[in-house]
Amino acid sequence: MIRSITQQKSEEEILRLLEGLGRVFIIGCGTCVTLTHTGGEPEVEAMKERLSDKGKLITGGVVLPVACDNLTGDALSKYGQQIAQADVLFIMTCAFGVQTVARQLKKLVVPALDTLFIGKETALGQFDEICLQCGACILGETGGICPVTSCHKGLVNGPCGGTNNGKCEIDSAKDCAWTLIYNRLKDLGTLDAMRRFQQPRNHQGEPKPGKLVISAS
Amino acid sequence: MVSSFKKALESGKFVVTSEVAPPKGTNLEKMVHHIELLKDKVDAINITDHQSSVMRFPSLGGALLIKEMGGEPILQMTCRDRNRLALQADLLFASSRGIHNVLCLTGDSVLLGDHKEAKSVFDLDSSQLLAAIRRLERGKDLAGNDLDGGISFCAGAIVTPEANPLEPQLIKFEKKIEAGTEFIQTQAVYDLDRFKQFMDYARQFPAKILAGIILLTSAPMARFMNKNVAGVNVPQEPIDEMASAPKGRAIEKGIEIAGRMIMRIQEERMCDGVHIMAIGREELVPDIMAAARLV
Repeated sequence: MIRSITQQKSEEEILRLLEGLGRVFIIGCGTCVTLTHTGGEPEVEAMKERLSDKGKLITGGVVLPVACDNLTGDALSKYGQQIAQADVLFIMTCAFGVQTVARQLKKLVVPALDTLFIGKETALGQFDEICLQCGACILGETGGICPVTSCHKGLVNGPCGGTNNGKCEIDSAKDCAWTLIYNRLKDLGTLDAMRRFQQPRNHQGEPKPGKLVISAS
Repeated sequence: MVSSFKKALESGKFVVTSEVAPPKGTNLEKMVHHIELLKDKVDAINITDHQSSVMRFPSLGGALLIKEMGGEPILQMTCRDRNRLALQADLLFASSRGIHNVLCLTGDSVLLGDHKEAKSVFDLDSSQLLAAIRRLERGKDLAGNDLDGGISFCAGAIVTPEANPLEPQLIKFEKKIEAGTEFIQTQAVYDLDRFKQFMDYARQFPAKILAGIILLTSAPMARFMNKNVAGVNVPQEPIDEMASAPKGRAIEKGIEIAGRMIMRIQEERMCDGVHIMAIGREELVPDIMAAARLV
């Protein structure tokens, strides 16, 4: 399943963002951030304690089932009083959740997490970026492995000179996408796909900000 | 406009290139000194483009300086910092100022340099940049629009003959050839028997090949490269030789080894020339050339 992969901000940044905001209501989420242990039940409880220790008054907290859902506003309505008392909603969800809450409640929001990428759990406790949503998919020519996402430089014509024993020049824990693609295409007997010169990519497949309107026919 | 470097490549002589690095700042004294030392000894001087992703005086400025000083520059251009508009514009400018050699590189990651939070571009890759040059030479930009006044370049690229795995690297190499590269400067080679195997393969292509020679400055430096530089493999033998040098004499040993390698490459006509890199010690390049009996 596609997941939003997050990481908690540093304590220094959290305290800076919450400076002058004494009363805090904390919101977690039961899906992606529970999986990554960044905003599930135990993390929200631990955050309540940490912020109390720093002198914040915690007016309440909740772990929403799915923070990015349209019904998030309704789900939060039963915490109306605790939310009203708070100076800020401190949100331990991905950026989708933060924006959903911000759109539905007239309340100052502060994210507790940085959203790193959209990916999936590829092994227990390991998450990998899968798609950048570039709007110009070339998976059909790369054996189903995306170099736009998985190559650090997003190269589409083969590896750079930094590839090292199948690993990336920036991190030996990261695979060289082009070694993976080469091996896959070789197994499939379709290496010609890699020999084909790829023209410069269209970086405006869907110009930012993305928007799609399906017209009723 | 045919560059003197291109003429040298086509003459069949053993071509020698070297490189200088722009400074971090505007004090050009050291770079000027290095250009002065090299300009009449080598066929062309590469000028690096934010080498190792460290922000410096621009390669375009360095190339102009080489030109003004009467040398023959090879403008290094990476795809890391400029999109296709900026790359094409810089090519127009370079050509208009008499810079007619360019080396197309992907570029190191910004994470390897000193501005680690910078946005990296990679709008084009090295093979696409080569293709862009050929297209500009035909009078059209990458959007298909006509140019008013053309450009002309002797365009080159790099290859890592000791990359592991090698096959994906060779596919990329062949794409660079197809895109129109006229010369190749290789990553540093030390095992010449293995380099010969690479040349047995590479000789079938029309591009001229210059073997990369990096001066060894000490045994620890060689071990460091083996550990940290992708595609560089210094065999045990030269490492031992460096280690055996008397204290304070390692550089001389490094010059001797580099000279010996260049002589063997030339004697056995392994490839079309050499590209000598004495990273940070450019003033030693004439000594290496002397050790190789090139001057």
